[in-house]
Amino acid sequence: MAPSEIRQVILDILTRIAPDEDLSNLDDSKAFREQMELDSMDFLDIVMELRKQYRVQIPEEDYHHLVTMDSTVTYLTPILKDTPKTASAR
Amino acid sequence: MKYDTIIIGAGMSGLAAGIRLAYYDQKVALLERHTTIGGLNSLYRLRGRNYDVGLHAVTNYAPPGSKSGPMSKLLKQLRLRWDDFDLSPQDSSRISFPGHDLDFSNDFSHLQSQIDLEFPTQSDGFQRLVNYITEFDELNLDQQPVSARQIVSTFLSEPVLVDMLFCPLMFYGSPTSHDMDFSQFVVMFKSIFQQGFARPFKGVRQILKTLTRQLKSLGGELKLRHGVKRILTHHGKAIGVELEDGRQLEADTILSSIGVAETMALCPGFESLSQQQPQYRPGEISFCEIIYVLKSLPQTLGHKQTIVFYNSLPDFHYEPPTEPCDLRSGIICSPNNFLYNADANGLIPSLEDGIMRVTALANPDYWLNLSPEEYASEKLIWERRIYESARAHMPEFRDQILDIDMFTPKTIKRFTGHFHGCVYGSPVKHLQGKTPLDHLYLIGTDQGFLGIVGSMLSGITMANNHVLNAR
Repeated sequence: MAPSEIRQVILDILTRIAPDEDLSNLDDSKAFREQMELDSMDFLDIVMELRKQYRVQIPEEDYHHLVTMDSTVTYLTPILKDTPKTASAR
Repeated sequence: MKYDTIIIGAGMSGLAAGIRLAYYDQKVALLERHTTIGGLNSLYRLRGRNYDVGLHAVTNYAPPGSKSGPMSKLLKQLRLRWDDFDLSPQDSSRISFPGHDLDFSNDFSHLQSQIDLEFPTQSDGFQRLVNYITEFDELNLDQQPVSARQIVSTFLSEPVLVDMLFCPLMFYGSPTSHDMDFSQFVVMFKSIFQQGFARPFKGVRQILKTLTRQLKSLGGELKLRHGVKRILTHHGKAIGVELEDGRQLEADTILSSIGVAETMALCPGFESLSQQQPQYRPGEISFCEIIYVLKSLPQTLGHKQTIVFYNSLPDFHYEPPTEPCDLRSGIICSPNNFLYNADANGLIPSLEDGIMRVTALANPDYWLNLSPEEYASEKLIWERRIYESARAHMPEFRDQILDIDMFTPKTIKRFTGHFHGCVYGSPVKHLQGKTPLDHLYLIGTDQGFLGIVGSMLSGITMANNHVLNAR
């Protein structure tokens, strides 16, 4: 996946976790938590959804990379570069 | 047969944990001893009518679309939508003590202004208590228990007001007599006074149906009439269960919702743990409840409150009574008196019958040890006594009764397996969900989140902490 596709994957996950949030004005350089209601349970869900959909194992010591959209995409780009985007994710 | 996770008990917490795990592709089975799901919050059909047991109201109400709070957290975690539970808010409820009434609704300012009116000297203290509660992190699982009465009385000097505030919170969740752990008090205060009551038009079945549908659509297995005879262990680790019929099922993790004493009683070598160590003691708080089906709606008889918490003495006694039932206090709930959402045609639906439920503390040992003949006749006697003791807080409706059903601690024991038929579980909670055995965790009431929403969040949190995040 290209960085733009990874961004879309994360957006889809956020939409699934927080269906009532308006993500159209998300600032990619700002922390998710400053822009939407995300608690530690939701945060675990981002990690779990990535594991479920793309078999990505993110170790706990790397969670701090998932703070903003930019840092998340940067972190995932090398990991997901050979993984095709799937449409099967529910 | 090998599962990733086996969940014992298909009540609210078990169903919620099952949904979480099945969503993340775990092979999960819920084992329920009974022929129906729900545990403490269940439903049945009797003489042509549907009845709910347990649920008077869902607490933690939030208007649809709210982005924060326990209800929103729960729906997000279970991937459900707001209308799946179809919650309609309460009208208004009352705490009634001799000489004082406090009305409250889902608008917290209502209670605040009632306190200003009834207890003007306590206004400032109450406000400071509310601020303290708002700042308190009741979800911190590392909390040590502290006396709620001690903390609350540093803010409020009027003992009647303290008792009046404790009354609904204890009735709707306290496993301990007289006092509560402060973090449990905060959970209940927020969920009842600040968030408030609601009910699905179809009652508890709406919630159970939604949870079951979600569980099954994600591939979770729900097995009724699957009583667990013992938990299989190996070198201090739970590895599976043996069913009543002798079959064995293996699992990597076991989540048990049946209570800490009841769970440990199934573990070889730990059967008598609950008699030896106080933190594994089973609870003793139980109730009798009478459900009256009426020809007319409570409203037309002049009863408008959703729930009335009444107490006929100057001070409030919350404890297993020495008498079979405690006639000094009780709860009156009318499921008719919720502000039901209009249907697609703009019509406000109305329940078929008028319903009044009257609930009082009960002595478990007394009800559990009666012979079948005594049991039947004692039910008749105490139904009448509870009715009379509640009469000061509700209209006379004996000539309106179409049907009556009554449950006792014996009924609760039969359907939940809780020793003593206790309703709010063990006096000592196990917030981390851990047991003396590895891979065996507690969910539900004995883990410590209270109420219907709390029990579902308990299942979710333990599934997250001990299964999903641990892999």
